[in-house]
Amino acid sequence: MDSQIPQPLYDYRAVKMFTVMAVVWGIVGMSVGVLIAAQLIWPVLNFDTPWLSFGRLRPLHTNAVIFAFGGCALMGSSFYVVQRTCQARLVGGPLIPFVFWGWQLVIVLAAITLPMGYTSTKEYAELEWPIDILITLVWVAYAIVFFGTIMKRRMSHIYVANWFFGAFIITVAVLHIVNSLAVPVSLTKSYSIYSGAVDAMVQWWYGHNAVGFYLTAGFLGMMYYFVPKQAGRPVYSYRLSIVHFWALVSVYIWAGPHHLHYTALPDWAQSLGMVMSLILLAPSWGGMINGMMTLSGAWHKLRTDPILRFLVVSLSFYGMSTFEGPMMAIKTVNSLSHYTDWTIGHVHSGALGWVAMISIGTIYHLIPVLFEKEKMHSIPAINFHFWLSTIGTVLYIASMWVNGIVQGLMWRAYNSDGSLTYSFAESVVASHPGYIVRFIGGSIFLFGMLVMAWNVWQTIRNGEALAVANSPAEVAA
Amino acid sequence: MSSFWSMWIIVLTTISIALITWLLFSNRKITSTKENQTTGHNYDGIEEYDNPLPSWWFKMFVASIVFAIGYLIAYPGLGNFPGLLHWTSVGKWENEVQQAELATESLYKDFMSKDIPALGDDKKAMRLGKRIFANNCAICHGVNAEGGYGFPNLSDKDWLYGGAPEQIRASITQGRSGSMPAWGAMLGNDGLTSMTEYVMNLGGAKADSDSPAAQQFTMLCSGCHGADGRGNQMLGAANLSDNIWLYGGDAGRIKQSIAKGRSGQMPSHHDKLSEEKIYLLTAYVYQLSKSVDDSKP
Repeated sequence: MDSQIPQPLYDYRAVKMFTVMAVVWGIVGMSVGVLIAAQLIWPVLNFDTPWLSFGRLRPLHTNAVIFAFGGCALMGSSFYVVQRTCQARLVGGPLIPFVFWGWQLVIVLAAITLPMGYTSTKEYAELEWPIDILITLVWVAYAIVFFGTIMKRRMSHIYVANWFFGAFIITVAVLHIVNSLAVPVSLTKSYSIYSGAVDAMVQWWYGHNAVGFYLTAGFLGMMYYFVPKQAGRPVYSYRLSIVHFWALVSVYIWAGPHHLHYTALPDWAQSLGMVMSLILLAPSWGGMINGMMTLSGAWHKLRTDPILRFLVVSLSFYGMSTFEGPMMAIKTVNSLSHYTDWTIGHVHSGALGWVAMISIGTIYHLIPVLFEKEKMHSIPAINFHFWLSTIGTVLYIASMWVNGIVQGLMWRAYNSDGSLTYSFAESVVASHPGYIVRFIGGSIFLFGMLVMAWNVWQTIRNGEALAVANSPAEVAA
Repeated sequence: MSSFWSMWIIVLTTISIALITWLLFSNRKITSTKENQTTGHNYDGIEEYDNPLPSWWFKMFVASIVFAIGYLIAYPGLGNFPGLLHWTSVGKWENEVQQAELATESLYKDFMSKDIPALGDDKKAMRLGKRIFANNCAICHGVNAEGGYGFPNLSDKDWLYGGAPEQIRASITQGRSGSMPAWGAMLGNDGLTSMTEYVMNLGGAKADSDSPAAQQFTMLCSGCHGADGRGNQMLGAANLSDNIWLYGGDAGRIKQSIAKGRSGQMPSHHDKLSEEKIYLLTAYVYQLSKSVDDSKP
């Protein structure tokens, strides 16, 4: 019945720009990551230059991959998905280009100020207050466009992908504003209004929900559209999506204190953070089950469709890291894993395996549609990219697991006289081989991104145009 | 925490867990028995089945909720309620420290009967002392006790507060607080320059006793550093004539020390280390300076 409604002319201008910029910023952000990974092996690579030092480039790397690469992928795909699943054209008029250009301005300002050393020192929220205000303005515009489009939908129901995108947009707004509240003393310096353990708790309430709502809910929204679409199968269970959506959004918000185990944070807050993190396992896995089981009856497509392979493997990494997370939140495990490279490995199994790979699958799906081409320029190149990504991710996380456990065990080892067995520097020496493997894994992943950039470029330039050039005419089957 | 906030936490936690449980159980059963029944929605070609929740997933979810409730009864979590086990992280730490002290007590005790200088020849004592030093002191004074900018070298013969066993022991036990006042405002820029020059020459016997700086030194500095600049270990005033500089010996650094003053803190260790460990540590630090070549300062 819905398919009989003539489709509106969708507005893909912002989607196109966001999708292309996701590729660009992905390469930029991951290149910085590879550079700082190399600096940990060869410290000379900071060239004794302050703005090339690890401490300044590390936040640039995290901001570039999360907010530039991930942000462009999320904004682009949400603008695409919300139109197609609501059968409504984007609303907001000039707000739409404002969201795009405003976000690019935020990214460029971050790329300038972070290497210069301007930082609020809050992890994943390092940008100083003028940029924070710009982020807020862009985000509000983004919310107006997204929810405005939902209100104008021509369907009675709202599709599950939009629940997740909506939760992501609302919660990130709240998180960003509350955590960034600060007293400015000059254009480039401000002080957080919180102090001590409260500041730490607000920071990790923000930090963990940036993971929960930005890197999980947002990308689950992406998953809920592109997996069934690429597989050509119905979503496995509507009921499961309801339960895991509401459980996920209500439990995630409690989990932040597990970043502060065995610190000055009161015991009760640590306990609550731990048990809520454990309850979070099932709601997180709900998304994985729903994505994976959507493929039942279509598993054979994995053999021929590397895009679907990207999407499915990203779900495997999602399932793995959302299992690892609750385990690391258990205080006993955390006392070993905390402050070690295990945490970095865990983050990257989510960031490379889940976030990047689902985005890459999405980009490969989107580019031919947006630029009205038959298909991507080279399917073997997508397959090649798939293997580069998978091998790169596995090398990265395996080396960080080994490093993390080695560090954790060395730090806690003590002699029979009660003194520590190893100095800190000895654990750094022991980490050196792992740093080399991590650098190789990261470089392989980055090489895959370059293969994608070439493929995207070739598709846009030379790809065969669709026989029926007008995609809106294509009827939702 | 006030009882209001305690209740607030308890109520919010209970409601949240109850709602999640209700959400889970209210969606347990599926009304339609037909396999692969879609909901009838169609979004851009995407349909949805209404399959039931996978039972292993449902059980895992329930198990995690049961564990959470059990944990919150046993451990602190619900506001001011301390948990049935009365566990605290501070208590756990104190307990572990106590156990460790008990386990190693006998190991350190025996050395207390020996003289500190004599312990320098005791290989076992020195091995233990070196480890205590590595764990507690090396972060500032360096692995080889050679010190660094602002941190005294402990392997030479120059001592701010004295190098006798009891003096070293007191420094470790009680800590030290060094404070050199700022003279920049009183001396002015010219005064600072000539005073810097005078201080730099103190060690070389070239000090010009007729210069105005010499008079100012007597007036302002000699009270602590002594008339000849040889320092005073009672006050921790540095010897300025031995060419050992805690904050750098070039003209710029010395001028900065005089103009802005300096303050140094050696933390006290009587709460951190047992008396026996401090005794061994004293012996270790004492022998460090004994073993250096006497021809060096």
